[in-house]
Amino acid sequence: MKWLAAILLAALLVLLPFCSGDFYINLASQILIAAIFALSLNLLVGYGGMTSLGHASYLGVAAYISALLTSRYGWGHGPAAVISLAGTTAMAACFGVIALRATGLGFLMITLALSQVLWGLAYRMSDVTNGDNGIAGLTRPMPFGISLNGPAAFYWFTLIVAITAFVMMAIFVSSSFGSTLKGVRDQPRRMAALGFNPWMIRWITFVYAGFWGGVSGLLYVYYNKYIHPASLSTTSSAEALLGVIAGGSGTLGGPMVGGALVLLLKNYASAYIERWNMLLGLIFLFIVLVMPTGIVPGLSKLLRRGWR
Amino acid sequence: MQFWIIQGLNSLSLGGLLFLLASGFSLIFGLMRLANLTHGAFFMLGTYFGAVALRNFDGLNLWVTALGAGIAVAAIGGLFERLVLTRLKSNPLGQVLVTLGMAFIISDACLVLWGGDSIPVPTPQNLRAPTRFLGFVFPTYRLVLVGCAVATAVALYFLLERTRLGAMIRAGVDDSQMARAVGIPVSNLFTTVFCLGAGIAGAGGVLGGPVLSAYPGLDADMLPLALIVVILGGIGSLLGAFVGSFIIGFIYTFGTALFPELAYIILFLPMIFVIAFRPQGLFGRVGA
Repeated sequence: MKWLAAILLAALLVLLPFCSGDFYINLASQILIAAIFALSLNLLVGYGGMTSLGHASYLGVAAYISALLTSRYGWGHGPAAVISLAGTTAMAACFGVIALRATGLGFLMITLALSQVLWGLAYRMSDVTNGDNGIAGLTRPMPFGISLNGPAAFYWFTLIVAITAFVMMAIFVSSSFGSTLKGVRDQPRRMAALGFNPWMIRWITFVYAGFWGGVSGLLYVYYNKYIHPASLSTTSSAEALLGVIAGGSGTLGGPMVGGALVLLLKNYASAYIERWNMLLGLIFLFIVLVMPTGIVPGLSKLLRRGWR
Repeated sequence: MQFWIIQGLNSLSLGGLLFLLASGFSLIFGLMRLANLTHGAFFMLGTYFGAVALRNFDGLNLWVTALGAGIAVAAIGGLFERLVLTRLKSNPLGQVLVTLGMAFIISDACLVLWGGDSIPVPTPQNLRAPTRFLGFVFPTYRLVLVGCAVATAVALYFLLERTRLGAMIRAGVDDSQMARAVGIPVSNLFTTVFCLGAGIAGAGGVLGGPVLSAYPGLDADMLPLALIVVILGGIGSLLGAFVGSFIIGFIYTFGTALFPELAYIILFLPMIFVIAFRPQGLFGRVGA
């Protein structure tokens, strides 16, 4: 039953470009990118119990590295992608060492401070990053000589990456390592007494989440062909966190639904009103006060109750 | 020489402003175990209140304005604490997210109400003339600002160490369950401390106005500085907030003056250093 649903969903996703217009195909690509980003943050928030308010750092830094290498230094997309992912992962490794000296609120504050430092850098180092103007005029890669400039081609490319990311993260959390991670989230002292190293388990998860954050950053910059310091801002981190929590942290489906909802809301809301930040704040209040466990766990609880 | 002295004074005045922001943050964190991400927005709200009041009413005194804005921001903070935060007592993560949401709402509301252009706050007439001392020229207002921060620090110290209210707050910080058990109204204490912290931030916003002026994004500029101050000084420690503010004031001012592009990285070095060798901060207690 579960497998059948998964296959149906996959078929639907693959066939989507045949039955809808360019606008919706592009929207679907953006949703997939937001879903990868939310899933990577969910590894920290949901499975690791580490609430990070600086996850946009990885998206932004990967995007900036790729943008700078391809536009300013004339690198090819392949090597630029490798370097930007390696750089982002290395940065996550360093940030992890710093931020994981603390847990809980201390961790949250340190990740927020670190990401604000990067945001400030992107704004102020204007001869490198172009400051508030951002970097425009970027290109999309051509894997195996296939152009990704059409919406459908880019959508399929994103879909392949997204499915890979989903499977890799699903394996990660359902592996025995994933179980130790959940153990460290719930009972760090017991896990330490059992001979596990909670710090190392958290750090590995942090780096892994940073890597997938970087992947979503690459797709983000390929899609937009433009990068601006705003993608490193607290708002950007907070949107992702809202997606994770609204959808239901600690589940695989929840963050994808949540990330998609936040993106749709942002797209539709910005067509009617300019006050996205205020709306974001209000939704935060609403979700936390009314639906603290998130939409997906809430709905599945309802469904299970209906089943009996 | 003049450069070093002027920059040194600028560092002191920024440090003073940071103390007005970070002391409330630290106090709230110490008692309520709550990282109040609205704090930067409270500061900005204070600056806007001050800027708009002084623009619309000629001859209004800056100190009266600061007091009024402080009270207004304290009231907003108190309402927020009573209506929203108390409902989330057992959910620290939810509390942080709500304060973040509130920060977005306040900063966007300021943008709607007062537009995207920065609004200057005039320096009081009698403090405009520079002070001359030993052949050097100092902007008087900045000296006064440092004085204000020191006075606030002393007042907070006496409040916490020498009054009944302070004793109750300290009891709540050390062991809030036990404090409740001996009859201290901890929940009212939470509201009091939250109002106090928000009020100091709001008044500090007005006092910082002549130096910074009110502009959208002021909150996002100030909040990370306050976070770094409390991480450096030790969360929940008044002395830590005081020392940390001046350290960060110096590093940020000299960093921006000497290496403008790298100021943010330089800012962040002492934080890494402290986290690596003393994760609880310079004056923080273990387990706090």
